[in-house]
Amino acid sequence: MTTALLNWRILVGGGIVALLALIALFAPLLAPVDPLEQDLFLELLPPWWQADADPTRALGADSLGRDVLSRLIHAARPALIVAVVAGTLTMLLGTALGLMAGYMGGVVDTLISRMVDIWTSFPAVLLAIMLVALIGTGLHSVIIAIVLIDWTRFCRVVRAETLAQAEMEYIDAAVTGGLRRGAILFREVLPNILPLVIVLLTLEMSIAIIVEAVLSFVGLSVSSDSPTWGGMIAEGRQVIHQAWWVMAFPMGLILIAVLALNLLGDGLKTALDPVLRR
Amino acid sequence: MSLILDIAGLRVSLRRGGHLVRDVSLQVATGQVHGLVGESGAGKTMIAKAVLGILPDAVRVSTGSIGFKGTDLLSLSPRRFRALLGREIAMIPQDPLTGLNPSRRIVAQMTDTLRHHLGQSRGEARGNALRLLQEVQIRDPEKVLDRYPHELSGGMRQRVLIAMAFATEPSLIIADEPTTALDVTVQKQILRLIRQMQERHGTAVLFVTHDLGVVAKICHQVTVLHTGQVVEQGSIDHVMSNAAAPFTRALMAATPRYDQPADALHPVPEAVHQTLRDAARTFDGRNP
Ligand SMILES: Nc1ncnc2c1ncn2[C@@H]1O[C@H](COP(=O)(O)OP(=O)(O)O)[C@@H](O)[C@H]1O
Ligand SMILES: [Mg+2]
Repeated sequence: MTTALLNWRILVGGGIVALLALIALFAPLLAPVDPLEQDLFLELLPPWWQADADPTRALGADSLGRDVLSRLIHAARPALIVAVVAGTLTMLLGTALGLMAGYMGGVVDTLISRMVDIWTSFPAVLLAIMLVALIGTGLHSVIIAIVLIDWTRFCRVVRAETLAQAEMEYIDAAVTGGLRRGAILFREVLPNILPLVIVLLTLEMSIAIIVEAVLSFVGLSVSSDSPTWGGMIAEGRQVIHQAWWVMAFPMGLILIAVLALNLLGDGLKTALDPVLRR
Repeated sequence: MSLILDIAGLRVSLRRGGHLVRDVSLQVATGQVHGLVGESGAGKTMIAKAVLGILPDAVRVSTGSIGFKGTDLLSLSPRRFRALLGREIAMIPQDPLTGLNPSRRIVAQMTDTLRHHLGQSRGEARGNALRLLQEVQIRDPEKVLDRYPHELSGGMRQRVLIAMAFATEPSLIIADEPTTALDVTVQKQILRLIRQMQERHGTAVLFVTHDLGVVAKICHQVTVLHTGQVVEQGSIDHVMSNAAAPFTRALMAATPRYDQPADALHPVPEAVHQTLRDAARTFDGRNP
């Protein structure tokens, strides 16, 4: 079983995710220089492989002469925090409501399902910007916005899957075993839904990273002086013709993080499903 | 002989109106197998589910009583009813594929009722589960305990489900078409196993099937159902040798037998169905 749990998707996806997490965790130790330090002599310095690069600024410098590599490393922190915290909270809220709707049925189901319908009829990014504008900027409001918008993703899938599981005869068997409804929900239904929830969680974490980037791109995330990948893209956009690398590196990093998370989710899906597991 | 199950005047109805089971009475005595037979849609499953308290939301028991060892199950509080389920009354599911939870190991599923109702420890319950698997003649029982359902064949899964039903030594087991999803050779083994287990443990069984041939093999008593009404009831010998109802006779003529060629089979004539449908309509006219 242990070998089956570790397929190549989990190894590659999980490896990259773990690496990014370590970079975020140890950012102050890893970053070669202070990410906020400006040096106007180094303005728009190119990365190391180009002519007139500076060996102390491996990935070049931005329009204020700040070290791109150090900023990238430090910006991994807000990205990781948003991915983990927003992803987990979204999962908990959406899964709880989805289980309730699917398993309790009746009025509870009608109420939750209506709410999902109304919720999803708003365009998500617009809603996020509106919410953050309302709650104020900062990492916590980015997280609140993501949770408030994306819980429907978990809720819908979990509700549908709970309904499907409730049809199965093993639920009847558990009921006629004299077990309580709550026990059946947690012991019988939840394990069958968990693999799906975990896959959704990795997807949600990648979405959270993108949303954080979008919000910091429009200046609604953390304060503008601490570095974020989205903020770096926004700054790099203004100098795209002179110094493409200022924008390309954070974009590439976001792409890698998102792809790695999706790969990990894919791998977990097969590893966690007892029927697909071989 | 004392009665384990005493269903009297059971009427199961749709909440939006209409009856699915029309005043059915039937008794199962201690240690006996009672066959409930009838064509698809006759209402057999509704009767079984009414006893187990798992009727679909759209359906309810409108009148009648379901006596179990002298207590009307319908009058019990949910809590006291749950205390009986899985302890005194158990079920063998129809489909061995969905009757077991795909995400849980066999041992976890087999020990649920032992731990819940009998308060056994994990180790104690595992020992008992092992003994039960040996009793239903599963090869490598120790290994099977730690398997997931999809790693077992259909026949093995049904053996596990049978073992589970007998785990707490219930007095009554409800088996709704427990062999219908299996292929013919496995079917015969499973029937024999149910009968063996039932005799050894002295358990009463309400055995639901659409197959009169199966009823003849393992039942002591039989109730023939059509459109939710009892058309014939009695000991298996009596019903098989001199069935009174035209439907029972037609059903016998429509049941394949190993000693007769297949072209000797006759479907139930439409006129027989029509008479019984008319009777149901008359019943509904009197009992709206
Ligand atoms: N969930 C349900 N809601 C409403 N009617 C149902 C439901 N399930 C079954 N029925 C109806 O009840 C009748 C009896 O069904 P059932 O007891 O399952 O028959 P059997 O088990 O004898 O094949 C059928 O006419 C069927 O259409
Ligand atoms: Mg049925």
